[in-house]
Amino acid sequence: MKKNLLKNSGVQSLIASLVCIVLGMIIGYVVLLFINPAGAGEAIMTVIKNFFTYSKTETQMKYLGSTLVKSAPLLMCSLSILFAYKVGLFNIGAAGQYCAGVGLALYAALGWNLPWWVCILCAMAAGALLGAISGLLKAYCNVNEVISGIMLNWITLYLVNMLLTLVKEETSPYTYHISTVNPAALIPSLGLGKLFTNNQYVTIAIPLAMIVAVLVWIVLDKTRFGYELKATGNNKNAAKYCGMAEKRNIILTLIIGGALAGFGAALLYLTGFEQWQCSTSSVPAMGFNGIAAAFLGGLHPVGAILSSFFIQHITVGGAYVDKTMYCAQISDLISAIIIYLCGFVLFMKHAMNTGIARREEKAKAKLAAAEEKGGDQ
Amino acid sequence: MVLLLQYTLTFASVLILVALGGCIAEHSGVINLGLEGIMVMGAMGGALTMRYLPADVPNVVMILGVLLISALVGLIYSALLAVASINFKADQTIVGTALNMLGLAAATVIVKAINTAADPDDVSSVVQYATPKKAFLVDLGGFEFSWFMLVTFIALVLVWVMLYKTRFGLRLMACGEHPQAADSVGINVYKMRWAGVLISGALGGLGGIVFITAGVSEWRFEYGVAGFGFLSLAVMIFGQWKPLRIALAALLFGLFRALSNVYMGFEGLASLNLPSQVYNMMPYIISLVVLAFTSKRSRAPKAEGIPYDKGQR
Repeated sequence: MKKNLLKNSGVQSLIASLVCIVLGMIIGYVVLLFINPAGAGEAIMTVIKNFFTYSKTETQMKYLGSTLVKSAPLLMCSLSILFAYKVGLFNIGAAGQYCAGVGLALYAALGWNLPWWVCILCAMAAGALLGAISGLLKAYCNVNEVISGIMLNWITLYLVNMLLTLVKEETSPYTYHISTVNPAALIPSLGLGKLFTNNQYVTIAIPLAMIVAVLVWIVLDKTRFGYELKATGNNKNAAKYCGMAEKRNIILTLIIGGALAGFGAALLYLTGFEQWQCSTSSVPAMGFNGIAAAFLGGLHPVGAILSSFFIQHITVGGAYVDKTMYCAQISDLISAIIIYLCGFVLFMKHAMNTGIARREEKAKAKLAAAEEKGGDQ
Repeated sequence: MVLLLQYTLTFASVLILVALGGCIAEHSGVINLGLEGIMVMGAMGGALTMRYLPADVPNVVMILGVLLISALVGLIYSALLAVASINFKADQTIVGTALNMLGLAAATVIVKAINTAADPDDVSSVVQYATPKKAFLVDLGGFEFSWFMLVTFIALVLVWVMLYKTRFGLRLMACGEHPQAADSVGINVYKMRWAGVLISGALGGLGGIVFITAGVSEWRFEYGVAGFGFLSLAVMIFGQWKPLRIALAALLFGLFRALSNVYMGFEGLASLNLPSQVYNMMPYIISLVVLAFTSKRSRAPKAEGIPYDKGQR
């Protein structure tokens, strides 16, 4: 019997994600219509086009590069959430782990003058430490990781503000430029920037992030360790009964998740693309957007690469909308709607499966009826 | 000292209202992680009401109008959680998180759109309500009593009576403990859960308006509510899902939050010369420590977070 393509869970995820994106865009468009019908069509096209709004290919390449630079940390945050989710944990603390990564990466670069790869390791350690706290609390004190994650997000934000105030410019709330204080802390470009019309911020951070995504995929799907983690996620008690150290697995998962988020922070801030504002009053949105990217990517590392780029694409695109009519947050609104719709993915898959099952049953019944007829003759 | 008491009671009011909301939703069997977003939406509704009600309306109208609109906006917004998690059996954690992000983005977009429409040069997300806010305050010899405190007290009593003394409340709690058993004796679990989520939405919306009027007379909606929705959930867990204990827990957390507003007034604390950020961190640190000690023997409703499926045993 021919295998139905729709039965493939990967294809189903893809369809579900596309449905979420299209619906999210339509709802976003309706919201724009409500605010100001005159420019709604143009605004939604601007969000979708992002760097294509520039006419020259060179400029397009340059801003494609900038979108990629910001996609790398988003990919890491989404991997952090995806990894933990496979083990049944919702790592909303990724936002704080990312924040901690920013703090340590920048302090290692500006305060201690360390080379870039050590800065990255520092950032990963900071994220991992936060993850470990959440994990220990979850494993030994039964504290819901979502709530402990949120508390740690805010604590981290204030700590990072305090830490980075030590390396900030005297006249502004921003940290020093890495390129002037310690150029050795900048992630090397190895000529990648030339491909994007000399965009100096395009570095090996982007390929690194993609390699890590593939690594995460291999660890989760092809190793014993990944199998154990997923088993713990599916049924903690069954995993314990089979002799898996379920507490250790929970803690390790959140440590790895934290390290991934911290790594992502280093990948962005060590390019010099952004400086930290020491009076930041809310946790960076990168970690929360990671949730959108993880679920939109169908909780698959390769899917996450595509969805991270897409989310970052529309977020950057939002900055180009006509400010006299709309605000840049329209992209945040669209990505929030997309995550909300991702909650329905399970239902969509269920509907697809029952639809297929019903059709198959009908086909079978027809076949059986035909055979019976054949028997009579 | 009076100021400390005043701020403690104000922040405790926020925490009590929102934590009671979370508590009712969880007793019905739905974890409401979207309280943060619900607070933002309710706050937006209330703030815009304050701005657009004519300044000469009687205080009573102003107070009731703001309370009503905030609760209503919160209630309507929480329907998004109810429909996804009850009817479509969606993952409550994802939907709750989505509601938080959506609430923040939607409030920012809406307020900015209104501001820009009123004045093309105004692209901020600020709503000011210095004058209408006075309707809510009564000066009692230095202590600024706010009608919100009374509302909170009434809500607390009502929720307690509802949960423990009425048929509706007891049935609601049955749906969070063992929905199959509740269904078998003829209780409509879906309806009860809808009721639980909607009530929590109304209370969350009220909490939002109390939060943004605490000590300030304008609000920038990009800021959200600084994790208060989640702090309230911590208060709820510390209060073991019981209204009176929740109230006591909220007072404790409120005290620590209030300290960051008024620590400069205490010579002992001011002379320590700690950066203000240390005080900002306090409520979150305290809640982590408290959770670490209380979560182990938690008395959470047994069926919370599990979508109810009629066909399942």
